Amino acid sequence: MSIRLDSVSVRYEDDLAVNDLDLTIISGERFVLMGPSGSGKSTLLRAVAGLEPLETGTVEIDGKDVTTLPPHRRAVGLMFQEYALFPHLSVIDNVGYGLAMIGMGRDTARRKASALLDLAGLQGFESRKPDSLSGGERQRVALLRTLAPEPSLVMLDEPLGSLDLALREDLLAQMRTIVTELGATTLYVTHDRTEAFAFAERLAIMRHGRIVRTGTPEQVWDDPQTTFVARFIGHSNVLTGAAIGFDAPGITVPPGALALKDNGEIGVHIVESVFADGRYEIVVEVANGERLRIDSPVPLDSGLSSRITVDRSAVRELVVDEV
Amino acid sequence: MDPRVDRNSTLLTNSPVGRIGLVVVIGVPSLFLLYFFAYPVASITIRGLTTDGSFSLAVVGDVMTDPVLLAAARFTVIQALISTIVTVVVAFPAAWAFARFDFPAKRALRAATLVPFVLPTLVVGSAFLTMAGPNGAIGTDLTGTLFLIVVAHAFYNYAIVVRGVGAYWERIDPRTEDAARTLGASAFTTFRTITLPLLAPVIASTSALVFLFSFTSFGVVLLLGDLKHTTIEVEIWRQTTAFLRLDVASTLAVLQLIGVGVILAGYGWFQRTTAVQFEHATAPTRRPRKGKERIAVTLALTSMLVILGTPLLLLVIRSFTNPAGGAGIANYQNLIRLPEITAAFVNPVDAIRNSFTVAFMTLAIALVIGGLAAAALTYASRRVARGFDLFVMLPLGTSAVTIGFGFLVALSWPIDLRTSLILIPIAHTLVAIPFVVRTTTPALGSIRHNLREAAAVLGASPWRTWWTIDLKIITPAIIVAAAFAFAISMGEFGATSFITRPSFPTIPIAIFKLLSKPGAAPFGAAIALSVILMVITGVSMFVIDTIGTRTSNEL
Repeated sequence: MSIRLDSVSVRYEDDLAVNDLDLTIISGERFVLMGPSGSGKSTLLRAVAGLEPLETGTVEIDGKDVTTLPPHRRAVGLMFQEYALFPHLSVIDNVGYGLAMIGMGRDTARRKASALLDLAGLQGFESRKPDSLSGGERQRVALLRTLAPEPSLVMLDEPLGSLDLALREDLLAQMRTIVTELGATTLYVTHDRTEAFAFAERLAIMRHGRIVRTGTPEQVWDDPQTTFVARFIGHSNVLTGAAIGFDAPGITVPPGALALKDNGEIGVHIVESVFADGRYEIVVEVANGERLRIDSPVPLDSGLSSRITVDRSAVRELVVDEV
Repeated sequence: MDPRVDRNSTLLTNSPVGRIGLVVVIGVPSLFLLYFFAYPVASITIRGLTTDGSFSLAVVGDVMTDPVLLAAARFTVIQALISTIVTVVVAFPAAWAFARFDFPAKRALRAATLVPFVLPTLVVGSAFLTMAGPNGAIGTDLTGTLFLIVVAHAFYNYAIVVRGVGAYWERIDPRTEDAARTLGASAFTTFRTITLPLLAPVIASTSALVFLFSFTSFGVVLLLGDLKHTTIEVEIWRQTTAFLRLDVASTLAVLQLIGVGVILAGYGWFQRTTAVQFEHATAPTRRPRKGKERIAVTLALTSMLVILGTPLLLLVIRSFTNPAGGAGIANYQNLIRLPEITAAFVNPVDAIRNSFTVAFMTLAIALVIGGLAAAALTYASRRVARGFDLFVMLPLGTSAVTIGFGFLVALSWPIDLRTSLILIPIAHTLVAIPFVVRTTTPALGSIRHNLREAAAVLGASPWRTWWTIDLKIITPAIIVAAAFAFAISMGEFGATSFITRPSFPTIPIAIFKLLSKPGAAPFGAAIALSVILMVITGVSMFVIDTIGTRTSNEL
């Protein structure tokens, strides 16, 4: 199932939470929408689900205009942040809710829900109420509830947001496997770049209600194009071009493209050495006061003067779009 | 568990009142309630279940076979049931609007919903008479119909549903409903399978309250039922004052107490079986969207303003409509100027003076007794406090008529108090005590133990600590409690109608007497007096709302 958003705007109180946004997701794709909180990601999901009316624009699902269709007629699955499980229903009736709504009899719905719970390692939880579950269990129930009616578009809003780190990696891998097996088009929203890169076949970065960059994880990482995107996806050396003699307003340099060499072309001061992931990150300061991070197998004393070389082919020019 | 909390409630000797003090703070309110509440209720019960000193169900049998009383009993239940359903249905849209949306003047509107609820029943009765009584605004006399009683009860109890259901609804995450929608449920199915089941506990609890208030409603049914329809409550009054059948009245009071007990037990059972655990965060509200949503919210709020505003507006307009026709203040002048119309049987000016006297006495007694009870609840051990709390709250479930009637039946021993006017503020105190205790206890409990310890370390004696720290903190709560006691006393009618002498009318008594007198002039005077009473209680409630809000912000 493919999705096409055409100049979509969504008003929230006095602001446009989504502002004249275009986006196309192809059938079966795992697409991640990332951006800082308040950038309009959740609002966009709600708009696609039909929960927020559009100020302008159209939403097409499989070439069909669904802009005015109410949420229950769109057949898209949305897993909510903090899950929004039905507190008065048992686990099995939570999972079976969507099945009952597509006309499945109560018993059939329960049988299918029960089978899904077994698959997810939740056998024995059938009659429990959501408030008696752990965070990870709730997450899986919410995912199963969303997937049970087999929607061809699955939207996940910060699905790992409130879980601890160890659990996240595990569940992320599980989710990727499940949606891939289902062949469902998936729209995954997160503010976490690790999650985004691990899940996405293609991703988009949102800011102030607009998409500022789209591409595969590799494309976006390799060429972020703007300082905002570069910083947001975790580039550590986002500088003005002048810092290392480039004729560009902004640049990003991978730490691996820099090396400390006595005959390097740029003079620096060592600020500090930080031990990380089995090696050292050396923070240095260039003449105009900007700081860079350089990989090094050994620590260096702070206060020393040194010189660095730059692999100029690894440097990417950036548009400065933030102060 | 916070050890401070535990110590605060289990430690006797280190509490500022000490062991002897604890005996006093528990003992005095207990004696008061035992003599002025438990003893009269027990007397009624004994009187209703005995004949000539031995146990007998003879009177019960008489009551059960009396067609008039049976009709009253049936009507009591039916009108309460219909009133409850109508109130919940009518107030439901406004509860939704308050729970889910922001709109201009929301705070003021929410406060306004309380106005009818705090109005004295006789004012509500008068208001509906100006609307649908003889010569009422709608042109049809509806007195004596079930319809008018139900509408008045819905008006009176509207706030319970809007505030109760609304506050609970606010805490239901709207994304729960959104989730149902995306899973394929239509708006109606979502409401039926998600929203309504989640609201069930609060609908049940507010229904139980509305049912209870309608079940024991006195002033409204007395005025609007026009004795064509009576309830058990009205019959207790009529059997006593008109027929002098104290045995029948006692039996009726016992039956009514049983009825109240059944309602409360059923309510408790339902609460236990349907309680749903969910996150108690308040969901964000937003402005309604253009289109259908804005229309629905506007309709809900407009219906609220019409339902709550119309009777009161008509009451005020009528009070400024002269008996001879035309606008003017003749009704107010008549309160003073026309002794041939009013003073022959009741003097409104005396009534106003009497009401103020009684209200200030009630305020004093209720603050002393209620304050001691609140101290007992704060400083006694948890087990003692729980039992004591139930005891203090019991008068809330007892009708005012039963309290007044109980005084008549019981308080001739050890000395005959039945003709003493002090019984009026005491009866009012019984009605007011649950409110006084409920408003002062949280404030007293919120005084942090370490604050007290700090004062003690600085060399303050326990009493000085109490005086310098505790009293300062609870002053706003005391003002709120005082305003409650004052307003309740001002409007109290059921109990007063039993125990006051004709020479000592209060405002509600005077309104009732003026209303029972034929003619446009007494009716107009009654309406004017109702408006005066409405303003007095309105001012008290304004005090409660402003200071009460400030208190909860500060503590």
